[in-house]
Amino acid sequence: MSDRLAPTRTAEFEARLKKRYAAERRFKMAGLGAILFSVGVLAFLLVTMGFNGIGGFQRAEMDVPIDFTQAGLSGDPALLAQPDAAQTLEAQGLPSIVDFYAEQQLGSEGAAQISASAWRLVADGIIADPTILRETVTFSLPASPKLAAGLNGEGAPEMRALAKTLSDEGKLETKLDLGFLERADATDPQQVGIWGALKGSMLTMIVTLLMAFPIGVMAALYLEEYAPKNRWTDLIEVSINNLAAVPSIIFGLLGLAVFLWIFPNMRSAPLIGGMTLALMTMPVIVISGRNAIKAVPPSIRDGALAVGASPVQVVFHHVLPLALPGILTGTIIGMARALGETAPLLMIGMRAFVATPPQDFTSPATVLPVQIFLWSDEIDRGFVERTSAAIIVLLIFLLLMNGLAIYLRNRFEKKW
Amino acid sequence: MVTVVHPNLEDTDAKMSARDVSVFYGDKKAIDDVSIDIPTKYVTAFIGPSGCGKSTFLRTLNRMNDTIPSARVEGEITLDGEDIYRSRMDVVQLRARVGMVFQKPNPFPKSIYDNVAYGPKIHGLVSNKTETDEVVEKSLRRAGLWTEVKDRLDDSGTALSGGQQQRLCIARAIAVDPEVILMDEPCSALDPIATAKIEELIDELNGRYAIVIVTHSMQQAARVSQRTAFFHLGKMVEYGRTSDIFTNPLEKRTQDYITGRYG
Ligand SMILES: Nc1ncnc2c1ncn2[C@@H]1O[C@H](COP(=O)(O)OP(=O)(O)O)[C@@H](O)[C@H]1O
Ligand SMILES: [Mg+2]
Repeated sequence: MSDRLAPTRTAEFEARLKKRYAAERRFKMAGLGAILFSVGVLAFLLVTMGFNGIGGFQRAEMDVPIDFTQAGLSGDPALLAQPDAAQTLEAQGLPSIVDFYAEQQLGSEGAAQISASAWRLVADGIIADPTILRETVTFSLPASPKLAAGLNGEGAPEMRALAKTLSDEGKLETKLDLGFLERADATDPQQVGIWGALKGSMLTMIVTLLMAFPIGVMAALYLEEYAPKNRWTDLIEVSINNLAAVPSIIFGLLGLAVFLWIFPNMRSAPLIGGMTLALMTMPVIVISGRNAIKAVPPSIRDGALAVGASPVQVVFHHVLPLALPGILTGTIIGMARALGETAPLLMIGMRAFVATPPQDFTSPATVLPVQIFLWSDEIDRGFVERTSAAIIVLLIFLLLMNGLAIYLRNRFEKKW
Repeated sequence: MVTVVHPNLEDTDAKMSARDVSVFYGDKKAIDDVSIDIPTKYVTAFIGPSGCGKSTFLRTLNRMNDTIPSARVEGEITLDGEDIYRSRMDVVQLRARVGMVFQKPNPFPKSIYDNVAYGPKIHGLVSNKTETDEVVEKSLRRAGLWTEVKDRLDDSGTALSGGQQQRLCIARAIAVDPEVILMDEPCSALDPIATAKIEELIDELNGRYAIVIVTHSMQQAARVSQRTAFFHLGKMVEYGRTSDIFTNPLEKRTQDYITGRYG
């Protein structure tokens, strides 16, 4: 036995130990710094978006009381039930009635700054409830973009002055505009809405999911479970991996060349958009699906095979349920990417001006990111806030979609 | 070099027999020309140093080697006289008749009940809940697990202890009423108490099923088996009654192994 101190109890060792702990602390701080930086950037993004976006959910409106008892509109319920009731009311002189009362309330200068299509709002009100034709009703009518800008202290000096006068008299106000969530695109920033693009995005995502998920999962299953390992499957594997890295605009060109060639009269349709996005989502699902399937322990397969399960039973009873959470994670990533995609959809014509929300999968539509792109390109100041509001809607949609997928994933994980 | 078979080995009826079986992984020969009869009423133990091909040979008996693309089997293996590789016998049916328990317990990540009910369900052996309940209870009782789990059949099979998991896997195998049960080092991942329980269980199952057990523990082979085959470098060196192999080995290599010279 030597009487030397054990090597782990020397002063040098303790010095080294201190250094080791210091290195660990430095590493921890670096990690914490990275997290704080990302959180900061995210917070900055959300705060600016939220701040700008709030304005997008509001608009400048003017209250105009209309005395329908004096207006002389027929108000025949049968006529008002017709689909062309608005035209009927127009023919009966509704626009000039609205102009008349607007002038009474706001003066001729103010009345000129009522949005030209304001009478449609009144018409909608009448159609919704014809009994108002027997009363005096106050409508909040959107101001013209110029006056709205004036209210924000922008634009021409005479507009700013007019806005100041009207708002001092309490006749011009910024009001919550929930209609933004119900309308579609328009040329007037006061009249635009996001519902058209939101619905377009929803329809497109449904098509993308319905196409990319089953095809992607089946492809992943086949490649992992059945395909022989040879040059051909290697080639397919490399191609799929490369496909996931192809710039999205190329998929747009493909959609343009192939899908629009097959369905020539479906330009801008969510069906075509969804199919195009499915092309770029599928490789992501295939790759994540294969990894999830690979991660299923071989012992589980062996166990199932050993009691006499056929290969298909092994796949559907054991492999797929165990791989599903991983597959869903990949699907979330792929779908989130598809939801935010603009370029390929521009190629297939989804940048068209679509003033009515799409009726179905084949009617012309636009999607949220394209709408944001289009609005951000507008010269009119009013579109700036609308753009931010649209971004908020896009982010909320994204969160809801991911939330749903995470909920599904957790459910499947619990079941097993 | 052919296998030395102890001469006093009386003719028992063979459940399975292998004739001149060789197994290749690609070009590599893992099993070289093995012939053996697996008796119906006894426990047969395969012993030998690790890497000598015990698992490989065991897996040929229910064609689990089919799942390894590079594996190739030559020779003839019969179950009740029927060639399991070349006849019209279906591999799914074969595995229902020749069950298997693995080295590492591998219960499905499902409830205990579903683990046991799975085999009978996919083979259509049960048609309603009552029948399934019966099979599950019977199999768990036979596997000596019933009293421990009967109040928590809905718990996940993976939540059991290692020894319980292995007995669950045995219950899963016997639920389809196989004729042969193959066990590949079923106790190597278990503690001594759990091992003792499994050995007890093997004793109880002996006679009802033909059992083949791979083990690296010679004591275990001596305790649970009546027949022992010693494998070395892909060859079956010696085969005979367990008592003879351990007290009176005819081959030097067998003697070296059981006296702990290697392995
Ligand atoms: N899937 C496989 N592919 C290639 N070689 C294998 C495979 N499995 C086992 N082997 C080889 O076959 C030989 C026998 O292995 P194994 O049957 O597992 O031995 P044991 O069970 O007796 O330890 C070993 O040399 C091993 O390396
Ligand atoms: Mg082995």
